[in-house]
Amino acid sequence: MADDSGQHELILILARDLTSRLATPAFVVDADGTLAYFNEAAEPVLGARYAETGELPAGGWASEWNPRDPSGEPVPLEQLPLGIAFREGRPAHLPLRIMGGDGIERDIEVTAFPLCARADEILGAIAIFWERAGS
Amino acid sequence: MRATIWGCRGTLASPGPETVRYGGQTSCIAVDTDEDSLLILDAGTGIRRFGMSLDGRRPKRVDLLITHLHTDHIEGLRFFGPFWDPEVEFRIWGPPSPTKGLEQRLAPFFSPPYFPVHMRNVPSRPSFQEVPDAPWTIGAVTVSAALVKHPGPAVGYRVEDGGGALAYLPDHEPGLGTDLDAADETWISGLGVAHGAELLIHDGQYTVPEYDQRVGWGHSSTPDAVRFAERARAGRLVLFHHDPLHTDDDLEAILAEAERLATSVEVELGHEGRIFEL
Repeated sequence: MADDSGQHELILILARDLTSRLATPAFVVDADGTLAYFNEAAEPVLGARYAETGELPAGGWASEWNPRDPSGEPVPLEQLPLGIAFREGRPAHLPLRIMGGDGIERDIEVTAFPLCARADEILGAIAIFWERAGS
Repeated sequence: MRATIWGCRGTLASPGPETVRYGGQTSCIAVDTDEDSLLILDAGTGIRRFGMSLDGRRPKRVDLLITHLHTDHIEGLRFFGPFWDPEVEFRIWGPPSPTKGLEQRLAPFFSPPYFPVHMRNVPSRPSFQEVPDAPWTIGAVTVSAALVKHPGPAVGYRVEDGGGALAYLPDHEPGLGTDLDAADETWISGLGVAHGAELLIHDGQYTVPEYDQRVGWGHSSTPDAVRFAERARAGRLVLFHHDPLHTDDDLEAILAEAERLATSVEVELGHEGRIFEL
């Protein structure tokens, strides 16, 4: 139940509340794929601070960290775990290589799942991720 | 718009000499719209006396807006006169659920062994509608709803006409996991329906020591209720959903604390019979 006040959906508010307390890096997007939040634990992996990044549209965050597969091939939004989760409403997992906002390249594993308050309505998605050992 | 409190107690009806000033009936507010119809917020035990107050007046239509299906918000419906009137068009609105429809969730409460009459045999043959995403009109008023922080599906309502807006969030814990002083407004549960309301009727069930023992139960402490009202820029905060263990004296101590904390909002305690003109 969105309204025209710019208020976030309750599911996203709860997702932010939850992930803000996790030591697991997490990234939350809304129904349009707009980056709504990433937690403090995600900041060293992404090489960026949410307070500075703010909200980014789907195309923006998908290119911000230049995601590639382990062989270095670019992975488009629709094939990223988060892209699959918020567009198709199903969970997905993928190993990725990203370029952090601090200029450091990292190999990560990403698992994403959709947020559905009703079976027929995707309100957003959460990705949890972690840096692969030795990357 | 005129709104009357018929019940403002939370969780459990608690009539008795120690609650006589603020009342012991559970949540119910009647909003006057026009002569032929009734708009009601929640069907706690207070709705029974509201039905009796109609004194033979037979509405053509009743719209009952239920915030959620916890017992204290629906238990009075079975004793509300118009519910048993076959001539009444009775519409029940409530929160959507990820699993079952509104009728499916309410019907067990109206069937053995909890009640002798099945919902399908209720004379008014009520219809059930989950609240829509967008604001909608009921008679002369516009209603909007938003899911809010409370265990299970629960909504807050905003009712407005040309004269003002009433926001009703009787069971709400916006401070759960959120710093109400620092959070951006778009990240505070319920703020969309409460924003700028002339009258905000809001959960204020617990004192701070009580809340510390009941975090996550879905209700607000006095400071959180005041903070929420001020972030919403409400004109008047009515503390509501009084704890069943709180006496009238306890409630007046809570009000004194709320008034001490409030810097921009007028605060009062909800009490049965209180009428608001907006």
